[in-house]
Amino acid sequence: MSATRAALPPTREPDGVGERPVDRRRGSTLLRHLTFTLAAALLLVGVSYAVEPFRNFQLATVAAYLCATAGLTVLTGLNGQLSLGHGALMATGAYTVAFCQNAFADRGMTGGWLLPLSLGAAILSTVVVGAVVGVAAARLRGPYLAGVTLAVAIVVPALAVTFDGVFNGEQGLSVPVEPPPASLGLYFPYERWQLWLAGAATLLAMLLLANLIRSRFGRTFRAVRDDEVAARLAGIHVARTQVLAFVVSAATAGLGGALLAVLAQSVSPGAFSLTLSLFLLMAVVIGGLGRLAGAVWGAVLLVALPDLTHSVTELLTLSPAVAQRLEGNLPLAIFGVTLIVVMIAAPGGVQGLLSRLGRALLARLPARRS
Amino acid sequence: MRAPQSRTEDDTTSASDLLVVRGLVAGYGAAPVLQAIDLTVPAGTIAAVVGANGAGKTTLLRALSGMIRPVAGQVLLAGEDLRGTPVEQLVRRGMAHVPEGRGVISELTVDENLRLGGLWRRDRADAGRALDEVYELFEPLARRRRHLGHQLSGGERQMLALGRALVGRPRLLLLDEPSLGLAPRVVARTMALLRQLRDQTGLTVLLVEQNVRSALAIADQGVVMSLGRVVTAAPAATLRDDVELRHAYLGF
Amino acid sequence: MDRFVFLTIDGLSRGAVYAAFALALVLIWRAARVVNFAQGAMAVAAAYVAYTVSAETGSYWLGFVVAIVAGLLLGALVDRAVMRFVDHTSPLNPVIVALGLVLLIQAVLGMVYGSEFRPAEAPFSRSALSVGGVAVLSPYDLFVFAAIGVVVSGLAWMFARTPVGLRMRAAAFAPEVSRLLGVNVGGMLTLGWALASGVGALAAMLVIPTELGLHPHAMDLVFVSAFTAAVVGGLDSPPGAVVGGLVVGLLLSYVSGYAGSDLTPLAVLVLLLAVLLVRPGGLFAPVAARRV
Ligand SMILES: Nc1ncnc2c1ncn2[C@@H]1O[C@H](COP(=O)(O)OP(=O)(O)OP(=O)(O)O)[C@@H](O)[C@H]1O
Ligand SMILES: [Mg+2]
Repeated sequence: MSATRAALPPTREPDGVGERPVDRRRGSTLLRHLTFTLAAALLLVGVSYAVEPFRNFQLATVAAYLCATAGLTVLTGLNGQLSLGHGALMATGAYTVAFCQNAFADRGMTGGWLLPLSLGAAILSTVVVGAVVGVAAARLRGPYLAGVTLAVAIVVPALAVTFDGVFNGEQGLSVPVEPPPASLGLYFPYERWQLWLAGAATLLAMLLLANLIRSRFGRTFRAVRDDEVAARLAGIHVARTQVLAFVVSAATAGLGGALLAVLAQSVSPGAFSLTLSLFLLMAVVIGGLGRLAGAVWGAVLLVALPDLTHSVTELLTLSPAVAQRLEGNLPLAIFGVTLIVVMIAAPGGVQGLLSRLGRALLARLPARRS
Repeated sequence: MRAPQSRTEDDTTSASDLLVVRGLVAGYGAAPVLQAIDLTVPAGTIAAVVGANGAGKTTLLRALSGMIRPVAGQVLLAGEDLRGTPVEQLVRRGMAHVPEGRGVISELTVDENLRLGGLWRRDRADAGRALDEVYELFEPLARRRRHLGHQLSGGERQMLALGRALVGRPRLLLLDEPSLGLAPRVVARTMALLRQLRDQTGLTVLLVEQNVRSALAIADQGVVMSLGRVVTAAPAATLRDDVELRHAYLGF
Repeated sequence: MDRFVFLTIDGLSRGAVYAAFALALVLIWRAARVVNFAQGAMAVAAAYVAYTVSAETGSYWLGFVVAIVAGLLLGALVDRAVMRFVDHTSPLNPVIVALGLVLLIQAVLGMVYGSEFRPAEAPFSRSALSVGGVAVLSPYDLFVFAAIGVVVSGLAWMFARTPVGLRMRAAAFAPEVSRLLGVNVGGMLTLGWALASGVGALAAMLVIPTELGLHPHAMDLVFVSAFTAAVVGGLDSPPGAVVGGLVVGLLLSYVSGYAGSDLTPLAVLVLLLAVLLVRPGGLFAPVAARRV
C-alpha cells in the first residue's frame, strides 16, 4: 500500500462548500454561514406549512440522513478515510436515545429539555464509540480500513440479538417522544413538529460542520488526505487528525441515528444493517465526495428514490408478492448501478457535475458581454 | 537553429532494412518527447543510439515496442506496419525489448524468468532448445536456476534479461542501457556477445547506450539523439573519428 | 474431551471453507491490488443459480457444477464489464465500485428470488459418524475437506507448475515487463477474477447448507470471516490464507461451542482488530508489513 491513504478522485475541488475564491470573504465566513443557516431555517418553516404532513415527515427524514451523510463526507471526502460502518454508528446513537427516552418516561419525567438531553447523550456515546474505532482506523489503510469498518457494520447490528436482554433482539425498542408543546396550538400537526425538530438539529450540526471545514482543522483534514507524508513534514499530527475526523463524523452520524429513532419512535437492528451503511456511502459518492452540498443531494436521494420506485411499482399492475419484492429491491439495484456508473464516469458526483456546469456558464457570461 | 539533416544511406526502403522508422512523434503528455524521428536499421547490423540524459532514447524504444502509443509516424518491422499491434504481440513479430533497469521479475526464479521469455512460442521443442542455449551462453545462470530474481547480482540480472530476450529468438533486439551499473569488463563481454550474436545468428540490435565508446566500438551504425531528434545517423566508424561531433554531442 | 474433538473437527471443516474463500480474496488482491468486497454477493449469486438448476432438474450435482461455472463466468464478467474501467489510482475507487456491485447483486437476487431463507440441501449426511463412541466426522465434513483439498492443491499446482500459472504470476508481479514478453496481461487478470470467483462459488455451495440456508445476505458474515482469515495470513500469501482460514474456523467453532453461537460475529471482529493492530502484516509475516 502506498502511504497516502485512500486518495480522492482526480476531479475535486480544493475546498468543500464554496468553490469560489475565498480571499475576499475570509473574515465573513462565519457570518455567511449564519445567514445561510437562517435562510435555510426560514425556508424550512415556510415549506413545513406549505406541504402535506407526509412530505413534512419525509423532509425530516432527509434531515436525519443529512447528518450522517455530512459526517461521512467529512471523513471520506475531506479526510480520505473510508468508513463502511456508519450505519453501526447511527445505531449507537439511535439506541442511546431509546434508552434515555425510556428512562425518562419510566421515571415519569416530562419537559421540553429532555429530548435535547437525550440527543446530547446519543452524540456523546457515539463520540466514545467513534473514538475507539477511530483510533484503530488511524492505524489502518485502504482495504484494511474498509474491511474493519465493514466488519463493524455487519457485526454491531448482530449484537442487538446477542444481548437481547438489553436491546430486545430483532424486535428492538420503542422510543417515547412527547407531543408538540401546547403553546403551538391544539391542532399543530405532529409531522410538522418532527420536521422542526430534525431540521433545527441538522441545521445546527451543518453550521458547525461548515465552520469546521473552513477552519484550521478542515485544512489539516485535507492536508492529511492529500499526502500524509507531506502533512507530517508540515508539522501536522496525522494520527490525531484522523481520529478527530472520525470523532466528528461519528458525532454527526450518531445525531442522525438518534433523529431517525425519534422520527420513527422505535429502533430495531434491521434499520441499521450493512445496507444502510452502503446507502450512506453511496449517497456521499453520488452527491460528490468531499462536498457538503453533495451530502444534501445524497440525503435527498436516500429518501426520494425509494419513494419514486414505490410510485412506479404502484403504477404497474403486479401481483402483491412481486410488487413487494420489486419495491424493496429496486431502489437497491438503482443505487448499486448508480454507484458503479458514477464512480466510473463522474467521480465528482452530482455536485461535481453541477459546479462544472456552473463554471462553464460563468465562463460564457463575460465572453458574451465582450 | 535547424538540426542537422539526418543522413541515411538512401531514403527508400530496401528489402534488407529490418526496422524503418519514419516521422515518429511520441511522448507522455501534451508536449511530445520525440519529434519526427527517422531511423533505418538494416537486418543483421547493430545500431547504437547515443545521446545525453533525457534525449529521448528510452522513449524511442518504448514507442517502438508500443508501450507508448505514437502520435504520428510509422514503424515498419520487415516491411510490416506495426501500428495498432498490441505490445504483447510484438514478440511474435520478432521484436524483443529489454527495458531500462532490465525488468527481471524479482519474485520469480531464474528458470521461470527465462521460460517466460519463450512461453509465447508455438514451437515448444525449439523453445526448449533456445533455453538450453541460453544456459550454455550464460554459465552463471545455469548454476542459479532456482534463485529468485532479487537474489542475483547486477551482472547476473543483466545476463538474465538478455538471455530471456534471446529465448524468444528475436529478429530485432531493443536493448536499453545494458551497461548500467556494470563493471567495464562485464560491459566489454556483453558488447562482444552482441557482436558474436550478430555475426552468428544475424541478430539485429538497436542498442541504447551511455557508454558511447564501447557501443560505437561494436556498432555498425551510430545514431546521435538530442532533445528528441536524431541529430546524426552515420556509420559508427565515422562517428568515432569525427572529433567535432564527439565534442558537440558525446562529450569525449 | 469428546466435545473438544467434535468442535475441532467442526472448526476445521468450517475453516476449510473460510480458507477457500480467503484464498479467492488473496488471488484477486495479488493480481489486481483490489480486495473484492463483492465476492460474497457474487458467490451467493452462483449458489442461487445452482439452486434453480437443482430445483428444475432434481440433481444436486448438476447444480453444483453449474454454480462453479456460473462463478467463473461472473468473475470474468465483473472484471471485463466493470473493474476494467475503474480508475485504480486511488484504492478507494475499486472498493466503492465493489460495494456498488454488492448492492446491485443482492437487489437482483432479492427481486428474482425474494428475501426468504431457502433451504439448501447437503449432498451427504451431516450427522457425525462415531469412532469408538466419540462423534467425530460427518460424511459432509469429509466431502468439504475433499473438495477444498482438491481445489487448493489444484490451484497450487497450477500456479507453480503450469505455463498459464507462470504467466499469471508474472502478470501480477510485473505487468509491463510481462507484456513485453508476450503475456496477455489483461487476459490473465480476467482469468484470475474468474478463478477467484469460481473458488468463491464453491465455498458458498459448501457453507450455505451448514447455515440458515440460501439468502441474498447469506455470505455477509462468511465474507467478514474470510477477510479476517486473509488478513491473519497476510493478504499477499495464498498459503497464509489457507492457514488463516483454518485458524478462524477453529476459533469460531470453539467460541460458539463454549461461549454461545451468538458471540461468533463479535469474536471475528475482535480477532480482526487484534491482528490488524498488533501484526498488520499477518501472523506469518516475517517482518512488520512493508509500507512505503
Ligand atoms: N513517464 C514519463 N512521463 C513524463 N515524461 C517522461 C516520462 N519518462 C520520461 N519522460 C521525459 O521524457 C524525456 C526523455 O526521457 P527518456 O527517458 O526517453 O530519456 P533518455 O534519453 O532515455 O535518458 P537517460 O539516458 O537518462 O535514460 C525526459 O525529458 C523525461 O523527463
Ligand atoms: Mg533512458
